[in-house]
Amino acid sequence: MASIANTAGAAWMPAEVRQPGRLALLLRYLRRNKGLAIGLTILLLLVLFTIVGLLLGDPKHAYPLSAPTKRPPSWQYPLGTDFFGRNLLSAMAVGMWQTAVIGLLAGGIGTVIGVVLGFLSAYFGGWIDTSIRSICQILTPIPVLLIQVVVAGSLDKRDVTIYTMALIVVMLAWMGPTLVIRSQVLTMKERQFVSVAKLSGVSDLGIIFKEILPCLLPFIAAAFVGQVFAAVFASFYLAVLGLGPLREPLLGNIIWSAQTQGAFFNGWWWWPIEPAVAMILILGSLALIIMGLDELANPRVRRSE
Amino acid sequence: MNSIDNQTWARPILRSLAAAPGIEPVLQVRNLEVTYYTDAGRAKALDDVSFTLNAGEKLGMVGESGSGKSTLALAMMRMIKQPGRIEGGEVWVGNTELMSLDDEAMRKARLSRIAYIPQGAMNSLNPVTRIGAQLVDAVKSHLHGESRSAIEDRCAQALRSVDLDPSVSRMYAHELSGGMKQRVCIAIGILLSPQVIIADEPTSALDVVTQRQVMETIDRVKEQINAAVILIGHDMGLMAQFVDKVAVMYAGRLVEVSTVRQMFTEPKHPYARALISSLPNLDNKGVFQGIPGLAPSLLRLPGGCAFHPRCAHAMEVCSTNRPAVLTLKGGRVVTCHLFDAEAANVQSA
Amino acid sequence: MSNLLELQHISKVYSRGVISPNATVALQDISLTLREDEPTILTVAGESGSGKTTLAMLLLGFITPTTGQIIYRGKNITMLHGKERMAFRREVQAVFQDPFAVFNPFYTVDHLLTVPIRRFKLARSRADARKKMDEALTAVGLRPEDVLGRFPHQLSGGQRQRINVARALLLKPRLLIADEPVSMVDASLRANILETLRNLQRDHGVSIIYITHDLTTAFHIAKSIIVLYRGGVMEAGDVDQVIKAPKHPYTQLLVDSIPWPNLDQRWGARPIKTREAGAPLAGCRFRARCPMAMEVCKTRPPLFRINDRHTAACYLYETQPEVVPERLSELLPV
Repeated sequence: MASIANTAGAAWMPAEVRQPGRLALLLRYLRRNKGLAIGLTILLLLVLFTIVGLLLGDPKHAYPLSAPTKRPPSWQYPLGTDFFGRNLLSAMAVGMWQTAVIGLLAGGIGTVIGVVLGFLSAYFGGWIDTSIRSICQILTPIPVLLIQVVVAGSLDKRDVTIYTMALIVVMLAWMGPTLVIRSQVLTMKERQFVSVAKLSGVSDLGIIFKEILPCLLPFIAAAFVGQVFAAVFASFYLAVLGLGPLREPLLGNIIWSAQTQGAFFNGWWWWPIEPAVAMILILGSLALIIMGLDELANPRVRRSE
Repeated sequence: MNSIDNQTWARPILRSLAAAPGIEPVLQVRNLEVTYYTDAGRAKALDDVSFTLNAGEKLGMVGESGSGKSTLALAMMRMIKQPGRIEGGEVWVGNTELMSLDDEAMRKARLSRIAYIPQGAMNSLNPVTRIGAQLVDAVKSHLHGESRSAIEDRCAQALRSVDLDPSVSRMYAHELSGGMKQRVCIAIGILLSPQVIIADEPTSALDVVTQRQVMETIDRVKEQINAAVILIGHDMGLMAQFVDKVAVMYAGRLVEVSTVRQMFTEPKHPYARALISSLPNLDNKGVFQGIPGLAPSLLRLPGGCAFHPRCAHAMEVCSTNRPAVLTLKGGRVVTCHLFDAEAANVQSA
Repeated sequence: MSNLLELQHISKVYSRGVISPNATVALQDISLTLREDEPTILTVAGESGSGKTTLAMLLLGFITPTTGQIIYRGKNITMLHGKERMAFRREVQAVFQDPFAVFNPFYTVDHLLTVPIRRFKLARSRADARKKMDEALTAVGLRPEDVLGRFPHQLSGGQRQRINVARALLLKPRLLIADEPVSMVDASLRANILETLRNLQRDHGVSIIYITHDLTTAFHIAKSIIVLYRGGVMEAGDVDQVIKAPKHPYTQLLVDSIPWPNLDQRWGARPIKTREAGAPLAGCRFRARCPMAMEVCKTRPPLFRINDRHTAACYLYETQPEVVPERLSELLPV
């Protein structure tokens, strides 16, 4: 043993390669991954808008009869008002907040279901795997839009709240993450560090939570953003069809009510345009983030690492 | 045979020994420099690398991982990708200087003048196409004038030269053993009778017996087309059995180039000496002698000679002055201050 | 006195699908006994497909044999639960081939050492754990402050493999399965790692099963050797005898093909009969490639005793007494 220790005593070891700080590396990465950077920026601006809007404006003004009707954008009402007397600035802020709630709720539930089922399926195999996989594969081809429309349409109007919307949306969205996570866990399970962990006495649960789960965080994050995207989009088109909680100023609802009142023909252009632009920005930023995360999770696609 | 422009007609596989070995060097690398611009700094992967090779000669390139051996091969093929950049130097294959070619000419030169069999090539064979199709694919763009059957004949001949039955063309990659797959990769490499073949760790995943078979195949093929072969690896035993000259790389520099006999009997550079003495053989059972310390990171090279912190013979000058590439008696090349005087004598003699 | 680990007539067959004429026999009727009081270094040598990795996986309890049983301290390992299973895990450890694959890229390299310390309760406190880690790392030639706290991709392959060996040092198991521990490591570092393994056996009483295809390193570190080919034992015995004077044609071919780093020891001139893809024939597994195959080789040869430290499974020696598989271990010197 002594001979080895002596060989370690070489007088000079390579000096510390000073790694640039974490923040600097992050910023440099964002500079390269422009999609992710732009997506995050837009999302951040939207979040700021929502927060500022909720704080400065009065949320009650998002509901009918709170402001003079049909005013175009002006200094007093920066985004104008609509037919029902809703101050569109407050309406948009509240609407985006509610969209975020639906997105995060449905996205969160979908991701959690996906992670739990995906892990169970992959790690334990056998009949658990077969049954979960079969259910996913049977449910996947079902036309989601149709089912959502039917379910939303058959609910009593009073029962439709943003929470029921979230549930309707997640009902047929959890299969994707389940299958993706399952295939990732199947690969991870065979990795040698899992064998070493078993040799180190780690239990099955320990391996799932401490060894495999942390490695899958990029995929889970990507699945989560994907779910949020699907949820936001679904809430939007359901609301545009008039199937949303009509009282709430959801962006889709604003468009729906604008359409039923013939906003364009009557010259109230600001009414449907603003929520449409907002929705494009929301979905666009989420999409950019998804693409950016894809590059992050897949080291081979990464450039200059 | 109609008259065909010399440039587009590639040489057939078996040709007479047009260039007797030793007359005119077929490969000359001069002052090659490659730098990688990473987030954490600049790393000089190749620093002033020069060597020559004659037709029919075999050169073994050894060094630790990170020493620059594979980078050298990629640089010669002009396949260095961002963030790496070839910053200087020339690579002469026959009468053509590769660095000065435009992209299209370089693409033609690859495989027809200089062929590269990358590490793990056998795992990169396309799993869904037959072997024959892959061979044809590799050369289709080089042989515009030839008919399909002529190309296929050429491929069958290539397979025969690596000791594979031409019926292998109809098989898929997964049906072949490791050694057979590697020989297919060699066959692809020799399809156009290149003047230089670079094999990067061709046998690292193979067992001893298959390894011997593959190396003997490369030997035979080299004889047939009179190519120069560069074997990149870290197995000194393999070098002893196969190559004529050995080049040792350390931290991006070529620290010694000697004939294989000289390298094994009296290596000059301290790193080469340490390598040779750490080799196990039948007589010194139980004696282990490693090299102390660790190879330096290319981002933070020590001043002067990159090896001096681990060198048993380090002198004052080694920590301050970069050793120059010295030529000793008999054409041996060494990069070490210990031989400054000797090299000066050789020059003045 | 007691047997640490016993393999009794182990066979492992991988069958493809329900109806399979093309079953792959990874191991055929192997029996081995490892005793606790005699730590030794045994090499299992063979090319890819010989079954050596399957053997390692069986010994570690990662896969179950198709026939036969593996007995740990008198109990079948499939019947171990709870404390006994932890004891088995603690006493049978491994060092794997790929220095990168054993690290979980999410954690720093410390994770490889801290997890077993915690699970096997090897330290009383965090300071004690740190001390043990420092000792193990220094013993393999690393400076703890250079290595701890780093991520696997920030270290070189040699450093990573040394940490692997340090883990083995830390755990001081009874049996260490080293599966090609130096094949992915630079030549200059191999000597260090092999020396550490030898010290483990000599100074700490750890038995090592060194699995490799590289006979040169096997010769240097091991006392006894088993040569496998396609799941069957071809030759076994004292490592000096087997490598310097191989008796089985397969071993002879192997030894002939070793690239000695010595210009006066050239590759053999014996031509290699290639085994083209396909299932092996019945009888002796080496029959298709053997230059001396005879009629009788169509039935599988048993082990024949060459001397008290050397045995080969070849009809060339059929005048010698037979050795039944269970008694193979007696011919392996410690």
